[in-house]
Amino acid sequence: MAEATTKTSIATQMPPKAQKRHRPAELNALVGLVGIALVFEILGWIFQGQSFLVNTQRLSIMVLQVSVIGIIAVGVTQVIITGGIDLSSGSVVGATAMIAMSFAQVSTYPRAVFIEQGWVDLPVIVPIIVGLACGLLAGLINGLLIAYTKIPPFIATLGMMVTARGIAKWYTKGQPVSFPTEDFAAIGQGMMPVVIFLVIAVLFYLILKYTVYGKHTYAIGSNQDAARMSGINVERHLVLVYSIAGVLAGLAGMVVAARGLTAQSGMGLMYELDAIAMAVIGGVSLSGGRGSIIGTAIGMLIFGVIISGFTFLRLDAYYQEMIKGAIIVTAVVVDVWRQKRRALEA
Amino acid sequence: MASNKIILKTEGLTKHYGGVHALEDANFELRDGEHIAVVGDNGAGKSTFVRQITGVEQRTRGKVWFDGEEVNFNGPIEAREAGIETVFQNLALADDLDVPSNLFLGREKILVNLGPFSILDRRGMLEATEAGLKRTAVKIPNLSSTIRHMSGGQRQCVAIARSATFASKLIIMDEPTAALGVQETAQVENIIRSLKAQGVPLILVSHNLRQVFDLVDRIVVFRRGRIAANLNASEVDGNDVVAYITGVKGAEDESMAVA
Ligand SMILES: Nc1ncnc2c1ncn2[C@@H]1O[C@H](COP(=O)(O)OP(=O)(O)OP(=O)(O)O)[C@@H](O)[C@H]1O
Ligand SMILES: [Mg+2]
Repeated sequence: MAEATTKTSIATQMPPKAQKRHRPAELNALVGLVGIALVFEILGWIFQGQSFLVNTQRLSIMVLQVSVIGIIAVGVTQVIITGGIDLSSGSVVGATAMIAMSFAQVSTYPRAVFIEQGWVDLPVIVPIIVGLACGLLAGLINGLLIAYTKIPPFIATLGMMVTARGIAKWYTKGQPVSFPTEDFAAIGQGMMPVVIFLVIAVLFYLILKYTVYGKHTYAIGSNQDAARMSGINVERHLVLVYSIAGVLAGLAGMVVAARGLTAQSGMGLMYELDAIAMAVIGGVSLSGGRGSIIGTAIGMLIFGVIISGFTFLRLDAYYQEMIKGAIIVTAVVVDVWRQKRRALEA
Repeated sequence: MASNKIILKTEGLTKHYGGVHALEDANFELRDGEHIAVVGDNGAGKSTFVRQITGVEQRTRGKVWFDGEEVNFNGPIEAREAGIETVFQNLALADDLDVPSNLFLGREKILVNLGPFSILDRRGMLEATEAGLKRTAVKIPNLSSTIRHMSGGQRQCVAIARSATFASKLIIMDEPTAALGVQETAQVENIIRSLKAQGVPLILVSHNLRQVFDLVDRIVVFRRGRIAANLNASEVDGNDVVAYITGVKGAEDESMAVA
């Protein structure tokens, strides 16, 4: 065993294997965003005789339109990175909007629920806490079901999707809830939704990148068994991830309600699909382990540009939906291709 | 050269999977600093033996002592916390993470403790990774790229470097070079040599007799779930070991093969 140290030279002779650098999916999405924006810019000059992009009002409306779903997409991104899915967020938006709004109504108008004597305006913190708690509860139930009963995320959150929508309708027997206090309305006024989205996006970008939570989120999506073998409490972590997604959906619900000054049980319909699509378009892989908030934000902007571009060209809203559907499918196809290529390389 | 302290000892270690007697009455001893090879045909019970020691599975019966105490690990994490690092036959790495993240998975260095949202000490982990890889003489071109794009050998080296970096008391490797090329095998063997030089005890499961004779002090032969022989590597040759593996030797009375 004396030659032990002399043989280490072989190791250093090992040729560094050619590291194929892969273009990050976020970059592809960014190229897509720029490309689509340029197409609208050109079409704008041809058909409208004006610029699409150089118009502050159009741009601010554009981000405003997508930022609420963007808040949801931040939560959904984390869920997808763990290899899961959350179909309940749109319905959670509806239920939270109704319930939170009922605590935010001014006392001078007839109330939707809690018609009691001596009701006063509640401080804005009350509906906010109620709203976040609703989202948390929904997410917690999703997480517990997925982590401990091993129901596939698709099924568990589908159940929550139907249930939460039911709660939204049952809560006031279908009546809308209107007239929030000024303080509550402020959450959704002006560019507030965009500000909230930015704060949430930056916060979770940092969390995913720089904290143990982020590391474990990627590890679970990448190889759940390896994560478990390494000592990560996978179940507890999944509960946390779905809970956060629920809270963010709840937050989005309050923003929508505050922005429209009214809550309706149908609010947030199909938001879950838009949020998932934003993430996937932004390069978050449905098979887990890959993606980032930056990608999702780019995906969100792609959505924004398309909606706003169609309006700008005065094309019918039906076309928007058809194109949106096509983009979602394209993004998923690209994701599947990427996975196949990876599998071949491995 | 090795001290006399017994690091790992099993007595009557047995594992049945229903009617399959995968491991039967294994008595095994490993002393401080010692490197032992576990050899045997496919299905001889080598991996089963590893899984019982490391708590991946619960044994049917028998006793295990580690570092002077009788132990009953409920899972591989408990074994790891006690000081046993294992490279399992099927690698446990996260493909989408980089090398430092894999090395420190589940035991991250942190800067600020905020519970689950604790802030990672990324620099500290990178430096410790560099140091760990240097110590084990593993060369990996770009530590911050995900391990998905690495060759089988490089990935294997990451897994082995992980165990070597944290190894406190014992390392177990289940066929670490089974899928590797010549150069990569040489690299893994170098890591094992450096562990020997550092005095870290090792159990090496391997089918490669050349490697076994090159690296270890003792050879334990498994056959049909039983320990068929416990040989001093310097006193036997390949023919002897093959004879025990195939049952030509020690076949008449397998139960008394172990001293
Ligand atoms: N989970 C299980 N359930 C039932 N039988 C099992 C299980 N795991 C292993 N066995 C059986 O136990 C026996 C020993 O298997 P083991 O994996 O320990 O072999 P091994 O010596 O590691 O072989 P190899 O060299 O192929 O890795 C085999 O007959 C195998 O089929
Ligand atoms: Mg085996």
